[in-house]
Amino acid sequence: MFDPKVVRKDFPILERRVHGDKPLVWLDNASTTQKPRRVIDCLVDFYEHHNSNVHRGVYALAEEATELYEGARAKIAAFIGASGKREIVFTRSATESLNLVANAWGRANLKPGDKVVVTEMEHHSNLIPWQLVTQATGAQIVPWPITDDGFLDLEAMPRVLDGAKIVCVSQMSNVLGTINPIRQVADAAHAAGALVLVDGAQGVPHLITNVAEMDADFLAFSGHKMLGPTGSGGLWARAELLDAMPPFLGGGEMILEVWIDHATYNEIPYKFEAGTPNIAQSIGLGAAVDYLNDLGMEDVRAHEIEIVTYALDELRKIDGLKVFGPADPTKRGGVVSFWMEDLHPHDLATIVDTEGLAIRAGHHCAQPLMRVLGVPATSRASFYVYNTNDDVDALVAALGKARETFARGGGLPF
Amino acid sequence: MSLDDLYREVILDHYRSPRNKRHIDSGGIDVHRNNPLCGDDITVHVVVDATGVATDAAFEGQGCSISQASASMLTEQIRGKKVDEIEGIVLNFRKMMAGEEGPGEEELGDLVALKGVVKYPVRIKCAVLAWDALQEGISQYEKAH
Repeated sequence: MFDPKVVRKDFPILERRVHGDKPLVWLDNASTTQKPRRVIDCLVDFYEHHNSNVHRGVYALAEEATELYEGARAKIAAFIGASGKREIVFTRSATESLNLVANAWGRANLKPGDKVVVTEMEHHSNLIPWQLVTQATGAQIVPWPITDDGFLDLEAMPRVLDGAKIVCVSQMSNVLGTINPIRQVADAAHAAGALVLVDGAQGVPHLITNVAEMDADFLAFSGHKMLGPTGSGGLWARAELLDAMPPFLGGGEMILEVWIDHATYNEIPYKFEAGTPNIAQSIGLGAAVDYLNDLGMEDVRAHEIEIVTYALDELRKIDGLKVFGPADPTKRGGVVSFWMEDLHPHDLATIVDTEGLAIRAGHHCAQPLMRVLGVPATSRASFYVYNTNDDVDALVAALGKARETFARGGGLPF
Repeated sequence: MSLDDLYREVILDHYRSPRNKRHIDSGGIDVHRNNPLCGDDITVHVVVDATGVATDAAFEGQGCSISQASASMLTEQIRGKKVDEIEGIVLNFRKMMAGEEGPGEEELGDLVALKGVVKYPVRIKCAVLAWDALQEGISQYEKAH
């Protein structure tokens, strides 16, 4: 098991101070993660030595860039247990991957009256693309409810899956931290004749992910939430699905032969990579995958369970603080959303920021979920490999300061 | 950067005990605004009489202390004023939020307490939310009259 205090040293930004002399405590990892020196160096190395477009030139640099880019694809394929790198489409984000599926698969396959199941805990990025495509095709969205303790309501599963064409479910909730039982969902969905699209933006960075074991049909993931550069990410899909889908974006690279009024398309995954891709970022994501493999995903997960256990214990000691999502740390990831009585999350985040802590306040791009939870917003602390129990202690201390700030001039009448 | 500049006691007071927080069927200005980033949500109501005077003002909604206090102070500050005077207050408030010094602060009353928000750029949106609603309401009112 790695020592997060040693891991921290690989992340230059964690040395910096904010608001004068306050050490930075980065607790917004569900939003984006910091980058290890190895990833930063990889970007610099690419731009200093290998920068070129991919797949086109016949010169040395084009070959090097292509080799690095395709090498990164192979690393990512292995990281998530894909059967080959042709099942990995590079995109610029998980959002783009989800839009790709909604547009390419959805527009070709959805008819009026078809059902698209979306869980109540989905991020807007796995909801809005489906709103757009169902509005265009006449299909309808069926919400899959969650239970009071933040799990998918499995009792509702037979009902929501009945007649469904596709089920859109996050691997791990970006608000509740809930880890969803993807294999169970996939088995039931397939039995009902539906495909399964997994939003892995939160899950892939934190959980051991194996698409063969999951047996879903699509998995979208983000690079910048797993130590990689912004603008990196991808989509895994079973090869036969990708082969059958029409392209999403058109342009260079995705074609074979072009006439003025029609064209034939490149083989997968290139059929879905129109235009110059985010080459350096994707190669940087490959470096991030190397880094995570060196830590070991089993240990990444073990560390996360440890820090979440500690965080939940400490936060529960605070009067008037309510934590959302599963109580069992083994059933949730490193995302802890909470509500503190008398203190709006926005005020709270501002106050803890003055102590150097970056936490998130708001609806976390999950407004339907906020309505289910009955709150306008939550505060959210989210952890990753470089966070320590000291960071949790700093959070608890900062929450105390927030309380004090608001208690000035008499108690609160709430 | 001091938190006391942001969370002045008068702001906390308006947050704890918001003035004019109630629904009115104004028949005049009723505008809803929300901030999709943080979920702050405010509706401003203003009753305007035949002579163009705001005889009553109220707000409804939820949000952080800055958005709620700003709305509460807004209702106090515009009551009894004529619509064109209110436009001047809106202008002065916006100038203050843009960090501009100048005349007009004296007519902002308690609202001057929000001056500290300028040092917290991400929170300016909270402070101006009710004012965005009011300004939209005024322009609707002026089109109709």
